[in-house]
Amino acid sequence: MDKIILGRYLPGDSLLYHLDPRGKFLLTFYFVGIVFLANNGASYAFLLAFVIFAVYLSKINFGFFIKGLRPVFWLILFTVALQLLFTPSNNPIWHWGIFTFSKDGLVIAGYIFMRFVLIIFISTLLTLTTTPIEISDSIESILKPLKKVNFPVTQVALMLSIALRFVPLLVDETTKIMDAQRARGVDFGEGGLIKRIKSFVPILIPLFVSSFSIAYDLAIAMESRGYKDGEGRSKYRVLKWEKRDTLTILFMLGLTVILLFLRSY
Amino acid sequence: MEITFEHVTHSYNVNSPTASLGLDDVSMTIKDKKFTAIVGQTGSGKSTLVRHINALLKPTSGTILVGDRKITSETNNKNLKSLRKNIGMVFQFPESQLFEDTVQKDIMFGPMNFGASAREAKAAAKKMIKLVGLDESYLEKSPFDLSGGQMRRVAIAGVLASDPETIILDEPTAGLDPVGRFEIMNLFKNLQLKGKTIILITHNMDDVANFADEMAVIHSGKLVATGLPKDVFNQQDLLKEDLLSLPKSAEFARELSSQGFHFDKLPITITALGKEIKQQLGD
Repeated sequence: MDKIILGRYLPGDSLLYHLDPRGKFLLTFYFVGIVFLANNGASYAFLLAFVIFAVYLSKINFGFFIKGLRPVFWLILFTVALQLLFTPSNNPIWHWGIFTFSKDGLVIAGYIFMRFVLIIFISTLLTLTTTPIEISDSIESILKPLKKVNFPVTQVALMLSIALRFVPLLVDETTKIMDAQRARGVDFGEGGLIKRIKSFVPILIPLFVSSFSIAYDLAIAMESRGYKDGEGRSKYRVLKWEKRDTLTILFMLGLTVILLFLRSY
Repeated sequence: MEITFEHVTHSYNVNSPTASLGLDDVSMTIKDKKFTAIVGQTGSGKSTLVRHINALLKPTSGTILVGDRKITSETNNKNLKSLRKNIGMVFQFPESQLFEDTVQKDIMFGPMNFGASAREAKAAAKKMIKLVGLDESYLEKSPFDLSGGQMRRVAIAGVLASDPETIILDEPTAGLDPVGRFEIMNLFKNLQLKGKTIILITHNMDDVANFADEMAVIHSGKLVATGLPKDVFNQQDLLKEDLLSLPKSAEFARELSSQGFHFDKLPITITALGKEIKQQLGD
């Protein structure tokens, strides 16, 4: 249960932890976008150098980023293999039936691999240094303009933060129920596929029942404290945009300019 | 079965900045066929401790001996059934483990997992529902239609149905009314008198004083005291450091001490207190 590193916050203290989450959130998406601008060795090397620099700034052990790759390892392997074997080329090194292996294929596979690594590292960096609640606050703040078209921004943000709040709660609840059923002799991960699927019924039903009752209790607690739509409510966690956040954006723009130079046309 | 902890240490989230020590070098013996109470503040490691007994958690270092079965950090997750069959565990708010559509099926779940036939399991369900103070008519009901207290009883029946030799109770009476609490505690005491080993985690010192033969005090993952309740409750250093609070009778006796009464040892049960007062008034 605690092996999922993607989407998990790691308490820490460094510049990246103190940046405004809105800036971090937008810049992460921006970076994912400009990764696709890179089209030669130099530009990829440049982006990689930047990511390594950012990881260094975060003061987080590099091992956590490698762990972030684990869940998508097979996807990366599959994509890279496809590029290696199916890239059409005029001078293949090796050719068999529909398979072609060439220098072009190798290069393209390398680029694809780099894209995965860059994108996963940078998004892991965002989630490791930003608490889920900060992310949901920034989404709310970013979506604010949509209020003009009657989009229920506050409700969506509330739903998001409640959902995020429920994650650790449900993880705890699942662990507890699994332990209780284990103590009653259930062996998860034993026997054939059908038996394995069946062994999840004793977890899922109690989990549903308790999530409904938690949700119901929460609704009553909110109503009894007079919660009404978020309109006009003040914020407990105030997001503050500072000079360093503007500087980070300028830094990223500078990075884009260099990237455009390095790019081959 | 005697249960022995030898230098057991357990840390959560090993190799991560959020690592924390759940148990710190705990060595203790839980005697066979005795009623042992484990007390300590919230988060002190009581639940972590007992989860090692049926290998739901494995020690980071050290060994646990359950009868002749050894549990170490190397213990495999397979073949634990024979161990778990003999160790029943009633978790905090056990009603959250109910999932079947009838009470009978839910009670039968444990025994069937441990290899009982449907007939044996049904017989066990019939016996257990009465043991926990409900009648047979409940067997056909859905557990989700029952009241909280009844659900608790059904869940306890579901654990007892496998006929475990050792029963671990993690605050089994939390949130029950006084009558229900007394009935449930008596049920466990009777089971112990019939030859079961009972391990009780509790915050209720009166339950410790009234029911336990032995007690252990845990603080920040460390074992700070073990022994007979009447001795442990008289260890002044524990009380001073707030690692332990007193049962009501002992509290009352302490108040009386300032009114001219004298107790060599604080009586921990109402009977012992009554006897002492009678004696001292008679003098």
